[in-house]
Amino acid sequence: MLKIENLTAEIDGKTILNGLSLEVAAGEIHAIMGPNGAGKSTLSYVLGGRPGYEVTGGSVIFRGQDLLDMEPHERAASGLFLGFQYPVEIPGVSNVQFLREALNAQRKGRGEEPLSGGEFLKVAKEKAALLKLDMDMLKRNVNVGFSGGEKKRAEMVQMGILDPAFAVLDETDSGLDIDALRVVGDGINTIMRNSGKGVLLITHYQRLLDVVKPDKVSILSKGRIVKTGGPELALRLESEGYDAVMAEPA
Amino acid sequence: MDIQDRAEMDKDAREAAEKAAEYEHGWSSDIETEFAEKGLTEDTVRFISAKKNEPEWMLDWRLKAFRLWQDMEEPNWAKLGYPEIDYQDAYYYAAPKKKVELDSLDDLDPEIKRVYDKLGIPLGEQEVLAGVKGAKKVAVDAVFDSVSVATSFREELKRAGVIFLSISEAIREYPELVKKWLGKVVPMKDNYFATLNCAVFSDGTFVYVPEGVRCPMELSTYFRINAENTGQFERTLIVAEKGSYVSYLEGCTAPMRDENQLHAAVVELVAMEDAEIKYSTVQNWYPGNSEGVGGIYNFVTKRGLCQGARSKISWTQVETGSAVTWKYPSCVLNGEDSVGEFYSVAVTNNFQQADTGTKMIHNGKGSRSTIISKGISAGKSNNTYRGRVAVAANADNVRNFTQCDSLLLGDKCGAHTVPYIEVKNPSATIEHEATTSKISDDQLFYAMQRGLDEEEAVALIVNGFAKDVLKELPMEFAVEAQKLLAISLEGSVG
Repeated sequence: MLKIENLTAEIDGKTILNGLSLEVAAGEIHAIMGPNGAGKSTLSYVLGGRPGYEVTGGSVIFRGQDLLDMEPHERAASGLFLGFQYPVEIPGVSNVQFLREALNAQRKGRGEEPLSGGEFLKVAKEKAALLKLDMDMLKRNVNVGFSGGEKKRAEMVQMGILDPAFAVLDETDSGLDIDALRVVGDGINTIMRNSGKGVLLITHYQRLLDVVKPDKVSILSKGRIVKTGGPELALRLESEGYDAVMAEPA
Repeated sequence: MDIQDRAEMDKDAREAAEKAAEYEHGWSSDIETEFAEKGLTEDTVRFISAKKNEPEWMLDWRLKAFRLWQDMEEPNWAKLGYPEIDYQDAYYYAAPKKKVELDSLDDLDPEIKRVYDKLGIPLGEQEVLAGVKGAKKVAVDAVFDSVSVATSFREELKRAGVIFLSISEAIREYPELVKKWLGKVVPMKDNYFATLNCAVFSDGTFVYVPEGVRCPMELSTYFRINAENTGQFERTLIVAEKGSYVSYLEGCTAPMRDENQLHAAVVELVAMEDAEIKYSTVQNWYPGNSEGVGGIYNFVTKRGLCQGARSKISWTQVETGSAVTWKYPSCVLNGEDSVGEFYSVAVTNNFQQADTGTKMIHNGKGSRSTIISKGISAGKSNNTYRGRVAVAANADNVRNFTQCDSLLLGDKCGAHTVPYIEVKNPSATIEHEATTSKISDDQLFYAMQRGLDEEEAVALIVNGFAKDVLKELPMEFAVEAQKLLAISLEGSVG
């Protein structure tokens, strides 16, 4: 579903991704773990197409298309969702307005009819109920005055409503207490655990992986994937640390 | 008014003009023409007055203003830069139209057509705006739905006792009312541009709402049958008697082109005891091209008098057009516990310059005012908020809240805030908050990652920024204004 080959990228002339290769099949939840500064957030931004992150080599094929050739909004329309580590505030714009415009822009990009206000609200209510989240959150302005935990839950609501084929979730678990972690983890399972979908789950900690069981775990270090294994790899990282695990021959 | 009436009135005007010409200074301009010669002299003033078949007192009033104006100097305190205006090189009455008549909308500049479409303007209305041949009748059909709608509209107002006329008609039909209030809120000598307007005002609107009447509909210049070519030196007077209410909409979101570069309007509002006036404006005059060539100079004097106790005047404006905007809709709060409000969004792009804001003059005890100003600058433009809050010595317990926010797009534009606060009574509570921000790359990328393209993302963020003002607009206007903000900022990012 997502095939990254030998990807290199830099910011302000500094190489961050350095020959990264990774493949995620449909129906797979693939966790990426790695020490600070390994390039985890850069990977998510490069996949999203953030300006300023310059791809200098390699390729990314997403659902048969050249992802790197697309604008950020085209990537979204083709089914790519980025869960942000630090969701951004947009004052004066309610979540309902934001998501309706975003969803309709995506539908337009896919040649589908836009949803009316009523139709959209119906979808939003369904998704909020599915995720056991309060509709009131949707009426508030995008992330304005939200606590860290609320922002992450709001990201899940967004993901639920936009219903992407593939999600790159960048440290979605950071700053969450146990209850919020459970809500977010259940959200990922509910929305994305599906034979036709894929997830790249970027995280530092095992605790999210207790809720969202990964099919594969890869370790990112110095801009490349240095090791890939099953869920047990994450458990070993937790007990032994990055240095010990990465020091083993691959 | 049907065509017959109009022709008759034209004839009357011509005769009056001929008469005036004979009497005054042997003036012999070609009165067959529909416009005054270039330049401004007493004769120009007489021509305009005669053309409008005005009574003697009105002509005298205009001439007095003209004589005052000749000794006045153009103000230069605003943060605006423009080439010196040659007042003798302008037309002051119905300048000849250089606009080519189009055979159909297919002949329209595709750029303008695109903007019309984006605003969602119906085809019929587009034809009127674009000046397509034979679109006149369409105007009546499309803009007013049908003649009968316009007629029933007038009848409904009449039943309610509301007078809603062009100011020219009002001068002839309700001279006592006009005389009582004209120039009372904005004195003839108020400022250079207002005085000029007194001398040469072309037309405008008169609204009178009698005691206790709640005007049954939003009054809009759209609905005024004889609203033609009045944009240049518009003059508006609205009087709301005790306990009455009226909401007035001015302007149009469609791009307005005008061959006259100089615009100087005057708007006067009067609210008596417990009366409320809500005045909403969308201004989208031609801003000049992206190189800063052309565009309207818009020097406007708008002021409301909250004369009675508990009266309220609320100004809401969305300013996106004009090359130069000089405009400070203000409230003189004489009445006890009276309320003044000013909500403004001003957008400048490319080389546009706006110096706009408000004055809240608190003379009444317990009077309150709210100022919410949102300035959005893009391109190489300059956007200034200039405001004054004054509290008189005997005005106890006055409150003012001012919020001035500026949003910058790009790094070549300017945003400025110039508040003046003069408080002569220690019981006053004055709050002033100001922020300046930029649309951040984080916000743009976040919105784009969710599916919006760059322009949609900018539009969303800008509309969020301006929401506190847009929500004050009447519903149908608010939707158009949102689209307008987006269009005004096209091409300003990236």
